[in-house]
Amino acid sequence: MIPTPSLSHLTKEDYRKVYEPAEDTFALLDALEEDAERITSQKVNRAPDSSGKGKLCVEIGSGSGCVSAFVSQILGSSDAYYICTDINPEANRCTDLTGKENKVTLNAIRTSLLESLTGRLENKVDLLLFNPPYVPTEEEEERMAQAEQSIQGSWAGGNTGTRLVDTIIDQGLVETLLSPGGSFYLVAIKQNDPEAIVARLNQRGLDSKVVLARRAGREHLHIIRSIKPTGEDDHQ
Amino acid sequence: MRLLTHNLLACHARACTTTSNNFPLIFKDVQVELIQAEPNPDFIKGFLPKIEWNALVKTARSLGQDVLPEQSPDFSKPLNDEALLNSLHHILLEIHIMEGQMICPNCSHIYQIRSGIPNMLLAEHEINK
Ligand SMILES: [Zn+2]
Repeated sequence: MIPTPSLSHLTKEDYRKVYEPAEDTFALLDALEEDAERITSQKVNRAPDSSGKGKLCVEIGSGSGCVSAFVSQILGSSDAYYICTDINPEANRCTDLTGKENKVTLNAIRTSLLESLTGRLENKVDLLLFNPPYVPTEEEEERMAQAEQSIQGSWAGGNTGTRLVDTIIDQGLVETLLSPGGSFYLVAIKQNDPEAIVARLNQRGLDSKVVLARRAGREHLHIIRSIKPTGEDDHQ
Repeated sequence: MRLLTHNLLACHARACTTTSNNFPLIFKDVQVELIQAEPNPDFIKGFLPKIEWNALVKTARSLGQDVLPEQSPDFSKPLNDEALLNSLHHILLEIHIMEGQMICPNCSHIYQIRSGIPNMLLAEHEINK
């Protein structure tokens, strides 16, 4: 059992500005823990030895930093490198602090999704994580929320709740940035149509499925996992 | 912001998405802090193939770090040069840019670094849609 990262340094005031880990976060943590051995044992592309160390983990919209801090307990705090993006400067600050609190460096970058990173990260991301704003909202409300670069942007997801997910998938970022054998974990709810998201990811040559589904209050949470084939014989 | 992170960042302004001259970003007026990190040669060995060597050498030199060889190590062979591994550990992981600017060599856009966090956001009109 991997403990939930310590967040005792974050205050009520912080959670007014940054999304507080909730059932969706914990569902993602559970899915990652379930896959801990697979994630750890994956080889690092082009590395001449097979220690599996030197992985690159990238989290989009890291918020409090809870998820990346959790992953650092799976991959090892100094055995992998953790990049955490968020458009909200308060989230950047909290992510940085959560790293320090949990004895790992979480490298916070203020940006929208993966902007400024996509050119350099082709075939290099071993683990890509995204717990997106997934609540269906009016398009206008969603646009305003993202433009404000504040906490509203952490849940307002547009018409079907998937506008930012659509951006990531439709720009081909998942299959472009993942290293061979690398994996992408995505949080979705029933209203986002997880099966349709899985189908779209599979159309892009990824090996995708819902690895966890769970009801939490009114939400029916799904964790989608996509693996980029290594080109070797690794079909499961 | 550590130099490893810097090695992964490029300018994404509209004018720069079709050029290769948008990388590496050039440091200006930076305040550096050295923070010790646990040595982990296996991490360095595994991560090195993801590094753009020339950009790293150039950036390290701009900060007065002259120890890296011009020629990148052969990534297809295990790296066992202990002195080089130590230098890479220090340069990639222990040098933190706390304040300052990064300038795009192509469009001269200035990205700010505050409290160790780079701000890569661009205004709507600067982004290629
Ligand atoms: Zn530029």
